[in-house]
Amino acid sequence: MLRGPGEADIAFTVNGAPAKVRAAPRRTLLDTLRETLALTGTKKVCDEGTCGACTVLVDGRPVYSCMTLAITCEGKSIETIEGISKDGELHPVQRAFIDADAFQCGFCTPGQIMSIVALLRENSAPTEDDVRRAVAGNLCRCGAYPNIVKAGVSAGKRKS
Amino acid sequence: MPRVVKSREEFEGEIFESLVLVEGKDLPVAPAGTEFSEIAKSRRRVDGQQRVTGRARYTQDVYLPGMLHVRVLRSPYPRARVRRIDTKKAEALPGVRGVLHRFNAPKAAFRGEETIFREEVRFVGDEVAAIAADDEQTAVEALRLIEVDYELLPHVVDLEEAIGDMAPRLDTDGNVAEAATHKRGDAKRGLKEADFVVDATYRTSTQLHNSLETHGAVATWDGEQLTVYESTQHVFGVRQGLRAALKLPFSKIRVLCDYMGGGFGSKGGVGKYSIIASLFTMQLGRPARCILTREEENIAAGNRSATLQQMRIGGKGGRITALEHISWANVGQGKWVANPTGPTNTLYDIANLSSKSYKVVTNAGSLSAFRAPGYVEGTFALESAIDELAEKMGVDPLTLRRKHAASPKDPMVGKRYSDKHLIECYRIGAAEIGWQRRRAGGVRGSAPHRRRGIGMATQIWGGGGGPPAYATVHVNSDGTVVLTCGSQDIGTGTRTVLAQICADELGVELEDVHVRLGDTDNPYGPISAGSLTTASVGPAVRLAARDAREQLLGAAAGVLETPVAELRLESGVVVTKGARTPLAEILGKVDNNTVIGKGGRHPNDPELSLRTFGAHFADVEVDVQTGEITVEHIVAVHDIGRVINPTTARSQVEGGVLQALGFALSEERFVDRATGRVMNANLENYKVPTVKDVPAKITVKFVDRPDRKANNLGVKGLGEPPIIPTAAAIANAVANATGARVRHAPLTRARVLEALAIAGARS
Repeated sequence: MLRGPGEADIAFTVNGAPAKVRAAPRRTLLDTLRETLALTGTKKVCDEGTCGACTVLVDGRPVYSCMTLAITCEGKSIETIEGISKDGELHPVQRAFIDADAFQCGFCTPGQIMSIVALLRENSAPTEDDVRRAVAGNLCRCGAYPNIVKAGVSAGKRKS
Repeated sequence: MPRVVKSREEFEGEIFESLVLVEGKDLPVAPAGTEFSEIAKSRRRVDGQQRVTGRARYTQDVYLPGMLHVRVLRSPYPRARVRRIDTKKAEALPGVRGVLHRFNAPKAAFRGEETIFREEVRFVGDEVAAIAADDEQTAVEALRLIEVDYELLPHVVDLEEAIGDMAPRLDTDGNVAEAATHKRGDAKRGLKEADFVVDATYRTSTQLHNSLETHGAVATWDGEQLTVYESTQHVFGVRQGLRAALKLPFSKIRVLCDYMGGGFGSKGGVGKYSIIASLFTMQLGRPARCILTREEENIAAGNRSATLQQMRIGGKGGRITALEHISWANVGQGKWVANPTGPTNTLYDIANLSSKSYKVVTNAGSLSAFRAPGYVEGTFALESAIDELAEKMGVDPLTLRRKHAASPKDPMVGKRYSDKHLIECYRIGAAEIGWQRRRAGGVRGSAPHRRRGIGMATQIWGGGGGPPAYATVHVNSDGTVVLTCGSQDIGTGTRTVLAQICADELGVELEDVHVRLGDTDNPYGPISAGSLTTASVGPAVRLAARDAREQLLGAAAGVLETPVAELRLESGVVVTKGARTPLAEILGKVDNNTVIGKGGRHPNDPELSLRTFGAHFADVEVDVQTGEITVEHIVAVHDIGRVINPTTARSQVEGGVLQALGFALSEERFVDRATGRVMNANLENYKVPTVKDVPAKITVKFVDRPDRKANNLGVKGLGEPPIIPTAAAIANAVANATGARVRHAPLTRARVLEALAIAGARS
């Protein structure tokens, strides 16, 4: 369905709940999440697909939400950092990040976690290399990488 | 009664003498081996849950009702006069609410200038105008509609070009200014008398901070009070800058920074973006948000200066006889210079020494402090040169260093160190890396075209901290605690470490302590920089907690009708000989109450030099066909006094090593000489390390002995030490592996191949 050039109604689910937004075709999923839906856990760092801080899951796949137009998400299921803990219980990856001290400033953390959440759905017992591959597109300027890799591996062990 | 005393503090390599207000008596340091309840224990970060759930609110996440979005028009030219600005078309765009530029903006003092929009713009990225609009896209479009008439002026962006005779003179007294100098003994004679002399030139490239959260501010004015949310390492510094720019009293400015997405030195004070946001909110009555883009971050928010450094170092009889160091640093439009000769002046006990540091202005963005400013650049040159000399003398480079590293006195100022365990760092590091395996000329690597080698380098840094720093501890009637101070947690674990100190001294559970920081309505706290937070704020927190504990025990004595001397407070329970009564139960028997303890940091002993020491060892493999360096193992050993939280300390060191790896191997700003533009102001072409660049092994060790003369906790700082020696350790390992000496950081493949070619031609 071709839409635009003006604003369009877009319906998708966010963290399991239906959401309807009105957005211009050029509006990114990242800006829609942060500014329209007030889900500010997803961070804007480069806004041009080079750092991974804005990683969210679209139909289970990790994507850079700054490189995804909201209008392309019609009917899709979007998961963000706000949606992965259930009933007040942290997701195993979130717990593993705390236990392994896998963040410093925490700005890249939501994106790192979402990349590993996607990995664990495909591979419940990842090796260190699997985790490295999963977060190879997520920059961390504080250099928490060694602990991020440890967290990813240990989250796999917790899940299984 | 508070009293005024003298103190002596070090900040980023410079010594400051100051007068500080203190009250009461300081506490003694617990001796080594003391068993604490919370200190010296690995603890999870107290703010971890907020950070992993996305609930932590950073400056970027502050969206206020009716907020305007501000974007800045920046100069596309490295040097030009702004003759005329026409904003009619921009202002006509629906949604545009305000425009500021040099012809209409009020005067606002900023770093020695009277205005934030210059008549003569001096680098690509200099602020020309700003637009406030209902949404960001409108602001972006409006920028394109502003017409500016620029008169182009001659420019220079390159360090070595700016030093030369042909360059345009940017300041009336030239582009080069002497910034620091030090002399002891007679370096010229020492060099003449040496049997071996190394005379070499080293270069380091400009490194960009690239904090993941860009610089930015959200300002809101309610007609009475200006509130500014800012991603900053120093809320009080921002308040000071806003007061100077806006002529408001402190009482009318509140600066907040709750969570902060990385600083590394460049977020030390007010930025033009916060002044612009403040001017708009005060003019228009709506909140205003000015958050830099990634590109703006990389052209106009600071950098680590590129340097050119000449080293002359002489040796005789297994010792260093003399050292001469001259450094030039490209500060862009900065007004200061970091000092690369700092480590040269202080690290080794060398009798004949002379150093000079020059500041060179160019038409590039200003430098700003970047994690151990000057020391990272200077240590690369110094520690490379020492290895080159050892090689020439045919002695082991670690043995050569040991002969000059044991002195208990600061060779520059002649004062005794409060404590020093550098030789112990060498011993631990050498054992961990297997220094005895090191062979002159390196060894074969994992393939015939791969060579393997080991190198090391030393670091010296401040980190002793000092006053002023204050804290208050409020104990609620349910026994929970609110610790308040003016510091920031920029990702280093400040909240966690301060909570541990508070819980330990007070005698409550860690989870009952809530830390409030990043707010100028709190008691004063210092900048989160210079590796000074734990050593500055920590001792104040301990005093505040002790004050609160004494009051609590007084209250408990009254309620339990037991003499104070028979009471203890442990894990939130008041313990007497026969009974254990929860604190909450005792406070619950008194009517609603708040027990308030306060503490302030006491001065440093002006007769002592407070320093941290450390050594990094690198084991690398070099592909001599491609010039690729693979760092297999880094051993980092540091002497930073008592370690409060081994887990966060370890993370801090790993992070420092990885940021250093970028400086050593891949990070380099490119500026086009003809146009003055930064060619890689993004994360695509500016290469910060990724997870795949992490060495196979990083070993972190601490001497971990309290510095009993430093402060009441025996702690020193750790933020900067781990970034200082890594690049030199790697360069020395590469030279050991291949015989090729790379004298320019980063050690890119091209530079390694070039050095290999030179080494090959010589052999």
